[in-house]
Amino acid sequence: MAAHVRVFLCKPGLDGHDRGVLIVGQALRDAGMEVIYSGLKQTPDNLVEAAIQEDVDVLGLSILSGAHMALIPRITSLLREREAEDMVVIAGGVIPAVDAEVLIRDHGVARVFGPGTDTHDIVDYIHERLGI
Amino acid sequence: MSEASELYQRLLAGDRRAAARLISMVEDGEEGAREALEELHKHSGRAHIVGLTGSGGSGKSTLACRLAQEYRARGKTVGIVCVDPTSPFTGGALLGDRVRMQELSGDPEVFIRSMGSRGALGGLAVAINDVINILDAFGKDYIIVETVGAGQVEIEVVKYAHTCIVVTMPGAGDEIQAIKAGILEIGDVFVVNKADRDGAMRTLADLEMMVETKPGGVGAWKPTVVATVALEGDGVEALVAEIARHYDFLKESGTLTRKIVGRMKAEVLAILSLQVSEAAGRALEDGGVASSLVDRMVERDIDPHGAAAELARELDL
Repeated sequence: MAAHVRVFLCKPGLDGHDRGVLIVGQALRDAGMEVIYSGLKQTPDNLVEAAIQEDVDVLGLSILSGAHMALIPRITSLLREREAEDMVVIAGGVIPAVDAEVLIRDHGVARVFGPGTDTHDIVDYIHERLGI
Repeated sequence: MSEASELYQRLLAGDRRAAARLISMVEDGEEGAREALEELHKHSGRAHIVGLTGSGGSGKSTLACRLAQEYRARGKTVGIVCVDPTSPFTGGALLGDRVRMQELSGDPEVFIRSMGSRGALGGLAVAINDVINILDAFGKDYIIVETVGAGQVEIEVVKYAHTCIVVTMPGAGDEIQAIKAGILEIGDVFVVNKADRDGAMRTLADLEMMVETKPGGVGAWKPTVVATVALEGDGVEALVAEIARHYDFLKESGTLTRKIVGRMKAEVLAILSLQVSEAAGRALEDGGVASSLVDRMVERDIDPHGAAAELARELDL
C-alpha cells in the first residue's frame, strides 16, 4: 500500500464555526487524503496529543474566534516540546495578514489560508510541501 | 540501529510517538516494520481485545468512549482502533470518530488511532491485526476495535476479537433482520443503544428472543443483551460487567485458547493471501512473468482456473 497523506483538522479554542473546516475536510478527502477531524472546542494540549497518536503529516488549524495569536503559538511550541515540529502546520479562518506574517515568521506556521481560498490551492500546497 | 528497532525500543519504553509512527509504517505496508513487529510479538498477548461493530449511527464511537472511561476509572489503560471506510474512488477518508471521544483526549493512557479501510488487496486485515498487536505490546490492558461491520474484512477482525460486541438501536426498522444476516453469529454481547428512544423495549425483546433461540451446545456461551444510553453513560457499567463475565467464561471454559489459536491462524492467512495476491498481481501486469497468461485467456486458449493453476506453479506456491 502506498503512503497516504494524513491530515488532522483542528478547531482549537472557543469557536463554534465549523462550516469552513468541514468543506476543507471534504476537499482533502476527495483529493485522496485521510482526514481526521477533532471536533469543536479543543485545547492545544489535547490537539497535540491527538496529532501525535494519529501520526499525521499535516495539522490544519481553523480559527474564527480571533484567538489565533494565543492558540497557534501554544500549539506549535507544544509540537516542538514533543519533538513533532516536522508536522506541517497550516492555518485558516479569520486571520489578518499582519498576524499571519508573525505566525509564519516566528511561530512555525507554514501557510495561512484566508477566507475565499480555493480548496484546490490547499490540496496543491500540501502535495507540494510533502512531496507526495 | 535501523529505524524499526529504534522505534520498537522507544515503544517499549512507553513513547507514544514511536507507537504512532510504527502504526503508520504497518498501515503503509513498509517492509521495515517487520523487524519491529517480530520483537513486539514477544511482548504481546496480554490485552483483552474487544471488537465493537454495528451499523452507522448506532453509537459505537460514543460507546467506545464510555467503555474507555469506565476502564480508566478502574485504573486500566485502553487502546482504541477506529476503522472508517475509505472511498474506493479517491482513496481518501474522513475519520470522525474522535469527535465522539472528546472526553478521552488529553488522557495519555488512552491511545486512539483512526484508520481508513484503504482496502487494497486485503491489506486491511493485516494492518488492523498489526495495530492491535502494537497496542498490545505497548501495554494497553484493553484494546477496543471499532468497525462499521460492513465488509468481510471488518467482520473477520471483530470475529477474532476475544469479545465481540454488536451494537444496534431502536427504531431502525429492519435492523434486527439486518443483524440476523451475518453478525448474529459472532456477537458475544449485544447492545441496544439509545435505549431511551421509542421502541427500545421492542428491540430489546426481539434481540433477546433471537439470542435465546440461537443454537448452541451445552456449556456454550449464551450471549446477553444490554440496554445502554451511551450519551448519558446509562448501562455502561452493566456492559463492562458483561464483557468481564464473557472473558471469565473464555478463560474458565478453555475457549480463550481456541480464540487465540483462531486469531493466529487468521492472521497468518491474511498475511499470506496479501503476499500471494500482490505477487500474482505483479506477475500478471504488462511485462510481468505471467502476462502472457492474460493474453491466452483473452484468446480463449486457457480458462481462469487453468491460468490460476499455471500462475501458482510459476510463483512456486
